[in-house]
Amino acid sequence: MTYTKLASASAIVLAATTLSTKANAEDLTLCWAAWDPANALVELSKEFEAESGHTMNFEFVPWPNFADRMLNELNSGGKLCDLLIGDSQWIGGGAENGHYVQLNDFFDAEGISMDDFAPATVYAYSTWPKGTPNYYALPAMGDANGWFYRKDWFENPEIQAAYKEATGQDLREPQSQKELLQIAQFFQGREIDGKTVYGAAIFTERGSEGITMGVTGALYPWGFKYENTPGSYDMEGAVNSPEAVEALEFYKEFYKTATPPGYTNSYMGESLDAFKSGQVAMAMNWFAFFPGLYADPNTGGDKIDFFVNPPQNQAGSTLGGQGISVVSYSDKQDAALEYIKWFAQPEVQAKWWELGGYSAHNSVLEDPGFVDSQPFAGDFLEAMAGVQDFWQEPAYAELLLAMQKRIHDYVVADQGTAQEALDLLIEDWTEVFEDEGKL
Amino acid sequence: MSDRTVDRVAEATPERVARKIRGLSDRAIAWIFISPTIFLLLAINIFPLIWTIQLSFTNYKANRIGREVKDVGLRNYERILTDSDTWLNMQATAHFLFWTIFFQVLIGFTLAWLINKKFKGNDLWTTIIVLPMMLSPAVVGNFWKFLYQPQIGLFNYIVSWFTGKDPSSFEMLGSVTLAPWAIVIVDTWMWTPFVMLICLAGLRSIPDYIYEAAEIDRASKLRQFFTITIPMVLPFLMLAVLFRGIENFKMFDLVVQLTGGGPGSVTELTSINLKREAFEKWRTGYASAYAIILFVTVFGLASIYVKALNKVKQR
Repeated sequence: MTYTKLASASAIVLAATTLSTKANAEDLTLCWAAWDPANALVELSKEFEAESGHTMNFEFVPWPNFADRMLNELNSGGKLCDLLIGDSQWIGGGAENGHYVQLNDFFDAEGISMDDFAPATVYAYSTWPKGTPNYYALPAMGDANGWFYRKDWFENPEIQAAYKEATGQDLREPQSQKELLQIAQFFQGREIDGKTVYGAAIFTERGSEGITMGVTGALYPWGFKYENTPGSYDMEGAVNSPEAVEALEFYKEFYKTATPPGYTNSYMGESLDAFKSGQVAMAMNWFAFFPGLYADPNTGGDKIDFFVNPPQNQAGSTLGGQGISVVSYSDKQDAALEYIKWFAQPEVQAKWWELGGYSAHNSVLEDPGFVDSQPFAGDFLEAMAGVQDFWQEPAYAELLLAMQKRIHDYVVADQGTAQEALDLLIEDWTEVFEDEGKL
Repeated sequence: MSDRTVDRVAEATPERVARKIRGLSDRAIAWIFISPTIFLLLAINIFPLIWTIQLSFTNYKANRIGREVKDVGLRNYERILTDSDTWLNMQATAHFLFWTIFFQVLIGFTLAWLINKKFKGNDLWTTIIVLPMMLSPAVVGNFWKFLYQPQIGLFNYIVSWFTGKDPSSFEMLGSVTLAPWAIVIVDTWMWTPFVMLICLAGLRSIPDYIYEAAEIDRASKLRQFFTITIPMVLPFLMLAVLFRGIENFKMFDLVVQLTGGGPGSVTELTSINLKREAFEKWRTGYASAYAIILFVTVFGLASIYVKALNKVKQR
C-alpha cells in the first residue's frame, strides 16, 4: 500500500470512528453541591468529554438547599440528573427506594474492584445494607470534619508566652478535645493586632445538619455509639451513655465559652467567614475546603495549618464525603456508567486529587508521596482512619432532624440537661424505627 | 358593541345553535358559564383537601413509593395533639401573631392619622414609609440578620448607644428570650405600612361634614376621635387585622431566613414545623393530619372573626 493509500484509509477509519462516537454522544448531567471540589470536577471532566465525545453538564446546588433539591428530584423520579454525587446518608434511601442503580454487575464486567478504594469510604459511600457487598455508588469524594488554625498566631512568641503563663503548657496543635477547648478559651476575647479575636468557629446550624455534624465531632472521640449492637437499634445505654452526656456537655461549654458572639446558627460558610476575616484562632470544617483555605492570600499559606479532630477517649472524626451514583430514572445510564468507569481509573483519581478533589482510591492514598503532597494530606489520611457516619437509614432525614432539634435545644437554647436531651433523642429515634417496622 | 355588530352576530349564528341557546333557562346558562370555575375549584381546592383528609389517617410517606400504606386511624391526630412540641409551636405562633398585629395596628393607625393631617411633603413620607412592604421577605430576613449581628450589626450598636451595654453582650437571634421579639420587630417594620395604608383609606373615607357638625356641637377633639374617627375606621382596622392575621399564621420565609426556627425551637412556628414534617422528614400522613388541624383552627377562628366584622359593619 502506498503512503497516499494508507493515509486515505486512515482518514476514512478516523472519520468513521468520529462519526460513530458522535452518533452515540450524550448530554450527561451530573448533580452535586456547589462548592470548591465541584469546580475541580468540572475541570477534570473536560478530559472525559474529550475522550468519550459525551458532553457534561453540571447542576450544582448550594449546600443549604442541596438535600431538599436533590431528594425532591429523586423522590419525584426526575430525569434532571444522570449522575448524582449524593450525601453518604442518602445511600440507604437511594437503594431501598430504587433511586440508584445497583452497580455490582457493572463493576464485575468492567473489572472495577472495591478493594481498590479505602475500606471506610466503600463502607460509608457505597454499600447498602451497610457492610454488605451491594454497591450503589463509587467512592467519589472522601471527606471528614477537621480543624485549621492561625499558625502565625500559634507561633507568635508573645502569644506563646501568654499561653504558657495562663495554662503552664506550650501552645501547640491540640492533642485532645479538652486541650482544644483550653486553647480556644485562651484566645476568646483576646486582643491580637489591635483587634478582639475569639477561640473557634464550630457548627451550630439548626435547619439542616450543621449542629449534628459539629457535635458528633465531640461525641465520637468520647466513644459515642448509635447502638449497643450494630443493626439491633438498641440505643438505650449507647446514645445516652455517660460518655455521650459528658461529650455533649463539653460541646455546650465550647459553644458558650469559646466561640464568637452571634454564631448561633452557623455552618460551613460561617466557619470559613470567621476564619478568613481573622476573627477566630481555630475553626472546624470539612477537609474539602482545605485546598481553598490554603490558597487564600490573606489567611492561607504560611499563616494556616491543619489538624485532625483531636481524640479524647479514642480517635474519632465525623464523616463527610460522597459517592457517585447512576440515577435509575436517567435515560442515559450507559453513558453515565461510562463516566464512572472513566472516573475509577487510577490516573484520573490522581488528577482528581491534584485538582483539589479528595480521591478515595488506594493508588492515590498509598502513594509514598501522598502525605507530603499537601499540608493537610497526612491529617486527611489520619481522619479517614477514624471516621464515623450518622445513621444511613432510609429514614435518615427524620433521625437527623430529631437530633438537630434536641441538640440545638440543649446547646444553643439552653433548655434542659444533656442527659434529658439524649434521652429525648432516643424516644424520637425509637418512634421513627417503630414506624419503620424495625423495632 | 354597536347595534349593527349585534345584528351581524345574530345573523351569523347558525339557526340550530340559536334555537338551542334560546331553549335554555337562565339558570342553565349560568351553570354553563360558572362550571369551568367550579371544576377548577374542585380540582385545585376541594380534591386536595379531601385527599389530605384521607392521607391523614395513614402512615403514607411520599418519598417511599414502594412502602405499604397502612391505615392508622386517629393515631396521627393523637400523636400531634399529645405532643408537647406541637403546643410549643402553637404558643410561638400565637405570640408572634398577637404582638405583630398589636404593634402593626397601633403604629399603623398612628402613622395613618399623622399622614392624614395636611402637611407639606406627606406624599413623600407615605412613599418612604411603604418602602419596606415592597421588599421580598427573604431579602428583608437577610438584611435584618446582618443588622442583628452582635459584632457588626447596626441594631446592637443603636441599642448599646441608648443602654450603655456592650453591643456584643446580647444576641437578638441567638437568645431564647430575644429571638421571638427580633422577629416581631422585623415583621412590624415590614408590614406596618400595609396597615397604615388601609387605615389611611378609612380615615379619608370619613366625610368632612361629620367633623364640621361635631365642631358646631362643640365636641372636643378627643370626643371626635373616639365617637367619629375610631368607629368609622374600625371596619377597616378589622379588615387589616384579618389580612395580617391570615398572612402571619402562615409566616414562613422571614422566620426561616432570620432564625431557621431556632434557637432550639423557640421560633419554630407551626408553618415551619409543618414544612419540616411534610418535606424534610417526609411524614406525609402525619403532616396531612397536622395540616387539617391547622385548617380547622384557622377556619374556626376566621369564621368567628368575620361574623364580628359583619356586625361592626352593620352598626
